[in-house]
Amino acid sequence: MKRHLISTADLTREDALLILDTAEQMAQVSARSVKKLPTLRGRTVVNLFFEDSTRTRTSFEVAEKRLSADVVNFSAKGSSVSKGESLKDTALTLQAMGADAVVIRHSASGAPKLLADSDWLHGSVVNAGDGTHEHPTQALLDAFTMRRHLNPGVGHDLAGRRVTIVGDVLHSRVARSNVHLLHTLGAEVTLVAPPTLMPFGVETWPCQASYDLDAALTKADAVMMLRVQRERMNAAFFPTQREYTRRYGLDVRRLGLLPDHAIVMHPGPMVRGMEIESTIADSDRAVIVEQVANGVSVRMAVLYLLLGGSEPAITTTSETHANEELSK
Amino acid sequence: MTHYLIRNARILGGDPQDIRIADGLIAEIGAGLEARDGEQELAADGLIALPGLVDLHTHLREPGREDAETVYTGTRAAAKGGFTAVHAMANTFPVADTAGVVEQVWRLGRESGYCDVQPIGAVTVGLEGKKLAELGAMADSAAQVRVFSDDGKCVDDAVIMRRALEYVKAFGGVVAQHAQEPRLTEGAQMNEGVVSGELGLAGWPAVAEESIIARDVLLAAHVGSRLHVCHLSTAGSVEIIRWAKSKGWDVTAEVTPHHLLLTDELVRSYDAVYKVNPPLRTEADVLALREALADGTIDIVATDHAPHPAEDKQCEWSAAAMGMVGLETALSVVQSAMVDTGLMGWAEVAERMSAKPAAISGIPGHGRPVSVGEPANLVLFDAQYRGQVNPDSFATRSRNTPYRGLDLSGRVVATFLRGEAKVLDGELV
Ligand SMILES: [Zn+2]
Repeated sequence: MKRHLISTADLTREDALLILDTAEQMAQVSARSVKKLPTLRGRTVVNLFFEDSTRTRTSFEVAEKRLSADVVNFSAKGSSVSKGESLKDTALTLQAMGADAVVIRHSASGAPKLLADSDWLHGSVVNAGDGTHEHPTQALLDAFTMRRHLNPGVGHDLAGRRVTIVGDVLHSRVARSNVHLLHTLGAEVTLVAPPTLMPFGVETWPCQASYDLDAALTKADAVMMLRVQRERMNAAFFPTQREYTRRYGLDVRRLGLLPDHAIVMHPGPMVRGMEIESTIADSDRAVIVEQVANGVSVRMAVLYLLLGGSEPAITTTSETHANEELSK
Repeated sequence: MTHYLIRNARILGGDPQDIRIADGLIAEIGAGLEARDGEQELAADGLIALPGLVDLHTHLREPGREDAETVYTGTRAAAKGGFTAVHAMANTFPVADTAGVVEQVWRLGRESGYCDVQPIGAVTVGLEGKKLAELGAMADSAAQVRVFSDDGKCVDDAVIMRRALEYVKAFGGVVAQHAQEPRLTEGAQMNEGVVSGELGLAGWPAVAEESIIARDVLLAAHVGSRLHVCHLSTAGSVEIIRWAKSKGWDVTAEVTPHHLLLTDELVRSYDAVYKVNPPLRTEADVLALREALADGTIDIVATDHAPHPAEDKQCEWSAAAMGMVGLETALSVVQSAMVDTGLMGWAEVAERMSAKPAAISGIPGHGRPVSVGEPANLVLFDAQYRGQVNPDSFATRSRNTPYRGLDLSGRVVATFLRGEAKVLDGELV
């Protein structure tokens, strides 16, 4: 594993499987009555959020606390592009505070990479979503969820499984991260979007692209609906919400096109009615709530591995942990 | 005033000759000239002599952003780059849209003494694209402005552009357009292409440049005026200029050194040193631009030297300022992209970087051939030199160069302005 997690494109198949397998161990911890490991005791993890995301921040925070890390929430909303406090100054502050890892969410694509490549900060950098670029831990939790349903078992990948990702691919960091990771894990990905919301050069990506949702659903083992922001409508990406829903929304008729075993996913937050009919979101075909739970396990695994976890996470006893402390 | 005898310089890359400089002029050229009393002899074995370079597109930042550059530091950088004249863009604070501001810039240039500064006047008041600035007053001022540009912004209103083209005919002016359709480039962060799609950065499509150039060449032809297109960056733009020239229309175009060498693949680093407007394009665009510069479709190289302080570049890509410094590396980059590749010789370099830009602006005393009786505006260039670019030695106040640590060909050894050495042994005098 590299020191940072910036893009799923940086993960080898072995890296990705190691994270998913470690997340399985972490999931066992989360099922215990005492949901805590001493693994990151004495380590400081900073959640640096330049953009509001209660869901992602909370998920990371729970993961960090279950690993006994010292957690600092650094909310810098609004200061990202404003004069005064630059990313560099913030990074230097965190470095001075001795951050071992920085989990960064930023509205600017590339901000986490900038941080990781700089010499402002020596700790690990975890990308918690940057602009319209990537959101690697979301993709990892999606893959984790898919594996549990479609090919369960430690060491298993997603070879031959078909995943359809639908919606505003152009602005979706979730889609970008998923395409890389699912490809690495052997899955076949089809992106479905109106042409205005399809990224330039998508034909060079390791996936298929289509404007026809019905055709893409019939073979899918998993379908992932993406969030569509209403302001896209004003920028003429599509004519009306109604037309979008008619052509790219997941309704009951379309659910019927899916194979019976196929699962329905959504990275959240959902716009019910627009991207996905409410009854489907609440049905047993949807694994949306599982995705949230799996997010904690996957983020625990990522932090554990980035911060030097070399032994199986779950066998840590108080004795071995004490030795670790001494050898630092 | 020191007189110089330059020994064994290769004029435009030709056979070694001696050049005598006296009283601001090139006094004598020949083999084995005899040194006179009080003359300083300079050994120029292997060095190439070129006419002093002329930059039609420089941002000197003064007045208003003296933290990035001043006329003094910018002209020192220009001299180090082999330039004896630069044209200062109008997007300063206040904007150079009145006779007062252009005269101020012009006077600062004369006082700095390192190279001549010819101000460019804004086309519209405040660069706002709404109302013509007093173009005639700037033309009549001490600065004698002939080039007008809202550079940094596109004159996108077709009627305003038409009127500007028409109006400057009265005093032999030219409108230099920054071609960027504003709606198509809202929020644009880099070239729209495969790389922008992967990086999740909003794209600046080639058509946003090409559609404005197409409109403007038609407007210029319609009103019978002169148009100059700034910093061409796409293969499609080249085709439009080629077509306009085939019609015999009075259209000229420039390309920057960086658009001849760098591609949008570099943006993968998210290092804002590569953020520039127009953006770095693809390999195919770079090759088309090189070919067009070689065959004369693109008339000149212009640096678009755009200094920014570190804090405006060491930040998130989307928050970073656009632009890169270019004066001190221009000739080396052109050598790497055009000469070392066999596309152009040194005579063509002199044409594209001195004679033609001087002709477009009509600036007197520059862009003249290296021959007896001409003003001694001269560069000695060591094309054999190979070395890494070290921005810490730059004279410009800013360090936003994409070439840090890169191996580039060539080095300016000496620059003479009207017979006075401004740079010797690569150092400012
Ligand atoms: Zn410009």
